[in-house]
Amino acid sequence: MTGLNPANEQRSPGTAASALAIELVGINKHFGPVHANRDIHLAIKRGTVHGIVGENGAGKSTLMSILYGFYTADSGTIMVDGVEHKITDSRHALALGIGMVHQHFMLVDNFTVLENVVLGAEDSALLRPTLNRARDHLKQLARDYGLEIDPDAVVENLSVGQQQRVEILKALYRGAETLILDEPTGVLTPAEADHLFRILGKLRAEGKTIILITHKLREIMAITDEVSVMRQGEMVATLATAQTSPEQLAELMVGRRVLLRVEKGAATPGAVLLEVENLVVTDDFGVPRVKSVNFQVRSGEIVGIAGVAGNGQSELLEAIAGMRDQQSGEVRVKGKALSLEGDDGAARARAAGLAHVPEDRLRMGLVTNFSAWENTILGYQDQYGAGPGLDIAKARASASEYMKKFDVRPANLDLKTSNFSGGNQQKLVLAREMERDPDVLIVGQPTRGVDIGAIEFIHNQIIKMRDAGKAILLVSVELDEIRSLSDRILVIFDGQIVGEADPATADETELGLRMTGSHKDHVVTEPGTLPEHETPIQQTLVQMSPKDNSGRDTN
Amino acid sequence: MEQLLVDITLILDSTVRLAVPLILASLAGLYSERSGIVDIGLEGKLLAAAFAAAAMSAVTGSAWLGLLAGIGAALMFSGIHGLASINFKGNQTISGVALNFLAAGLTTFLGQSWFKRGGYTPQLSGDQRFNPINLPFAEQLRDVPVIGQIYGELISGHNIITYFAFVAVPATAWVLFRTRFGLRLRAVGENPKAIDTAGISVTRLRYQALIITAVLVGIGGAYLSIAQSAGFNNNMSAGRGYIALAALIFAKWRPGPALLVCLMFGFLDAVQFRIQGQVFPIIGEVPVQAIQALPYILTVVLLAGFIGRAVAPKAAGVPYTKER
Amino acid sequence: MTPLPRWADVVLLPLLNVVLAFLVGGLIVLAVGQNPLQAVGIMLYGAFGYGSGFGYTLYYTTDFIFAGLAVSLAFHAGLFNIGPEGQAYVGGLGVILIGLALNGMHWALVFPLMIICGALFGAAWAFVPGYLQAKRGSHVVITTIMFNFIAVSMMGYIISRILKPAGVNSDESAPLEAITRVPQLRGFIELFKNSPVNLTFFLAIGALFLVYWLIWHTKFGYAVRALGNNPVAANYAGISNQKLIMIVMALAGAFAAMVAVNNVGGVQGRLILNFVNGAGFVGIAVAFMGKGHPIGVGLSALLFGMLYQGGQELAFQMPGITREMIVTIQALVILFTGAMGDMLRGPLGRMFAQPDPAAGAK
Repeated sequence: MTGLNPANEQRSPGTAASALAIELVGINKHFGPVHANRDIHLAIKRGTVHGIVGENGAGKSTLMSILYGFYTADSGTIMVDGVEHKITDSRHALALGIGMVHQHFMLVDNFTVLENVVLGAEDSALLRPTLNRARDHLKQLARDYGLEIDPDAVVENLSVGQQQRVEILKALYRGAETLILDEPTGVLTPAEADHLFRILGKLRAEGKTIILITHKLREIMAITDEVSVMRQGEMVATLATAQTSPEQLAELMVGRRVLLRVEKGAATPGAVLLEVENLVVTDDFGVPRVKSVNFQVRSGEIVGIAGVAGNGQSELLEAIAGMRDQQSGEVRVKGKALSLEGDDGAARARAAGLAHVPEDRLRMGLVTNFSAWENTILGYQDQYGAGPGLDIAKARASASEYMKKFDVRPANLDLKTSNFSGGNQQKLVLAREMERDPDVLIVGQPTRGVDIGAIEFIHNQIIKMRDAGKAILLVSVELDEIRSLSDRILVIFDGQIVGEADPATADETELGLRMTGSHKDHVVTEPGTLPEHETPIQQTLVQMSPKDNSGRDTN
Repeated sequence: MEQLLVDITLILDSTVRLAVPLILASLAGLYSERSGIVDIGLEGKLLAAAFAAAAMSAVTGSAWLGLLAGIGAALMFSGIHGLASINFKGNQTISGVALNFLAAGLTTFLGQSWFKRGGYTPQLSGDQRFNPINLPFAEQLRDVPVIGQIYGELISGHNIITYFAFVAVPATAWVLFRTRFGLRLRAVGENPKAIDTAGISVTRLRYQALIITAVLVGIGGAYLSIAQSAGFNNNMSAGRGYIALAALIFAKWRPGPALLVCLMFGFLDAVQFRIQGQVFPIIGEVPVQAIQALPYILTVVLLAGFIGRAVAPKAAGVPYTKER
Repeated sequence: MTPLPRWADVVLLPLLNVVLAFLVGGLIVLAVGQNPLQAVGIMLYGAFGYGSGFGYTLYYTTDFIFAGLAVSLAFHAGLFNIGPEGQAYVGGLGVILIGLALNGMHWALVFPLMIICGALFGAAWAFVPGYLQAKRGSHVVITTIMFNFIAVSMMGYIISRILKPAGVNSDESAPLEAITRVPQLRGFIELFKNSPVNLTFFLAIGALFLVYWLIWHTKFGYAVRALGNNPVAANYAGISNQKLIMIVMALAGAFAAMVAVNNVGGVQGRLILNFVNGAGFVGIAVAFMGKGHPIGVGLSALLFGMLYQGGQELAFQMPGITREMIVTIQALVILFTGAMGDMLRGPLGRMFAQPDPAAGAK
């Protein structure tokens, strides 16, 4: 792999240094004992879209935060337009023409678009003249790049896609020539993502440089000119997008051949154990996220829910687990409807035989201040001891047994849970939920932030549960995971189940289409002409989208 | 009729006097909380400033030096609060509570050590205090019916801090909503990350807010001991810092409404002694304690969401940490 | 940041913070031209040097244990209860009402009823902020502060207008008869001379054990700690956060109300205005200093008992120092152990990290 060399060496040597918008040389960054960026070299050509891919925790965001001046590197140099700069803070980066659109937007929710755009870049001590000038400037930017947005709208009333446009406007308003986008499509609806890519195309055409951080290879292939791959804090390769393939990138990201198929036998579905009927769930702000969802999970099968993050999966899981109020509809475990009075629905769901591995173990599944044994009884605390007392000896005994069985390291019952690695924390949660012998297991993002060694173990445990006759509902944003584990795939989009697929025969593109809502009625609803598609992926999507595939599910 | 006007003017006049420290403390809290720093410690700062002002004034004979000392004391307290809540990312509520006790303990302790009068400072007089200012024409207009009464009693004849307090309200509104500083202040209290990524120091901005807080509450404290009264006595803030906090919550962290609420609380304070023992139609006799408790009860009712909803600045109380 | 060894986290860090608080306190004493070491000597003598002084120390300790537990218990659930002052005050109403109703009966009968009745009143007073927090999202910090003030007004009215017997000048209720009052220990133990320490002291010791058991050895305590550390995880675990918040606040109020049993039932024998006199607030310092653990709470309550009693002695012996110096110390303790509790964590962490070069190489 030639990519291990400093990236610029593989470019045509005739190019002048100033053809590079950004060049990073020998960047190192530590967070305590973690070496987040290890001797990174990266060159980014002006007027291109440069993708940076890597798994969670590979160091992509850290590297970009260094470029943006949010962190300072421990060592290494940053060259902007061929000139070395010590970027001390974000203001400095902005002055050098580097703007960043963060994964979680840095907007003040109760400010107007205009106020958000000028914040920190006001050109006078008084607000009114600043705002008036900004309003004109914004209009011009909107015209140039297709970033139409009402400058006086309050940000909290805008859609996520519109908020992202405000972030882009913020950067452009500050004169950004290089724009960093960190996982920009994770929160977008497909239509919004389309719009974003169109904007990015315009920006590139205008000579702006774009750095796109993502872990979605599809996006990389669709829009980037070059792509750099990071793995465990190191830059492993920089390639021209046209000369690589998703398979090669995936291999580089993970560092070995990805095992796409988990070894498992055929499913033997039995009785229906989990039924979801006409379920409607709203989020914390009362916005409906799950819109009349129906499905069943039988014993001995794994049903995977595939979808782009933010399409209602989280709310669906939490509602089934009894943590979130249902607006209407019903969840039945072994034919019995779960009651939803009060805010302790999770206890009744467990009592009914349902176990829940939550999507976010740190936020939800663990009390990180608790020691390991205490977390192994979380949710089952009432099973330990007869009266009001807690049977600590019994709890420790079962904790010790689980930790051995799931090979949790270090095998220290009294270690604070926050001191375990992500993979071991996840094993603690899995052990706790699987070892109670539930009838129904619902699992969210089982391998998020988990090291590769643990992934296979976790996958095998899930299969084992299935083979033991449990009904398993799996939610993951990793399509590969869904495909390799599930016996049936349900596709969720915008809070609705929009299709069902057989993982053995389902085509990846086909699934992608459904997940992004671009499938049949969604794409062709715009009457007359097809929408303007500018990026290669959209063209392929349209070409491949069969107009008539009503027979698909019956194959 | 004439007498009624006199009575009303008198009540309103004392309403204004009693509201001044509340207004200043409320505005002070507004800057702090708008920047994302919860300030339970207003009470303590008020008390410390009152003591420092009276002590300095007693020693130097200058009310102005007293005022400076009051501001200085409040600055010191704000500094500790900033250190705890900004630098060490400690719990802002706990820090505020600690400062309130610190003020209660230190003022009495130092007062006794320095002046040996059981915690009281010496009586102040003349230039040691801020005395009433008679506005032009107050004397000449005295005999004009109604207007003379209102102008002469209600508007004229207050000390300079009172006038300052009433100017500080529109000034705060202007700063908050019309200036760059105000925009950033409101932003850092709602989403400090937005400020940080815009290349502005969150720490610096929050300290600036705490300084303004200290100046305002310092002036408010000085008002208690060297303008409204003629010296410091034990625990003379008597919960006004908490009332000011309540007013701030009531006003939903906006300066104009804060003024109105403070005037209302000042009015309750002004009438409570007048209605003692009086029998009203229908409700009968109103115990003075009920009036005293009213601001607190109203605040609880408001917080419970029974009358509107008080939504605090989103980042208030949360120390800002750059996360990985 | 490298985590500290457990013992350093649990013992060393809090201890250093307390030392820091006293060091600053000493500097303040020094600044007004007094000798802090001499002051400490006098305080120690005043608190432990003779029988009745020791008795007073234990009497104060009793108050502070209850108030400290009222704050600690809520803190384990992630709630900052600033209201023990008001909860104790209202608890006094329950104590005096049952006392007066059974006036003349033997204390052995009345004492348990005082505990129950006081606890009910204190619990009710704390339940309201708990309810508002759980159901309406009103922040318990602000509401408990407000409830302290409301308690002052309400109790002032009740004592001066309702409970005050005709012909009495001061604002206080009718007295309880000697046989009805909680017996003071001097009746059994010569040592305590004329100090007011009474049976409630043993109740306080019992409460420490009870809370220890409750927090670390019951399902309830497990749920409380889960809620306090991670409310979302508690919800995930099927715990009703709302219910728990209300129960914990009510329990805290009940513990605070035991201050009233100590004072109204055991010392004054009547309900007087503002009898709590700041004991509820001392509970905040005690809870932070003790890190919410009953052993810590017991020790810091004893320390503050010593400070309060020794402070009296000090005010006699050194006219330059008033009792309010104790309030200052109390403030410094809250500041250094509560608000700035992690100030020394960084330097301490580096100190512990150094002798282990292997950790750095990783």
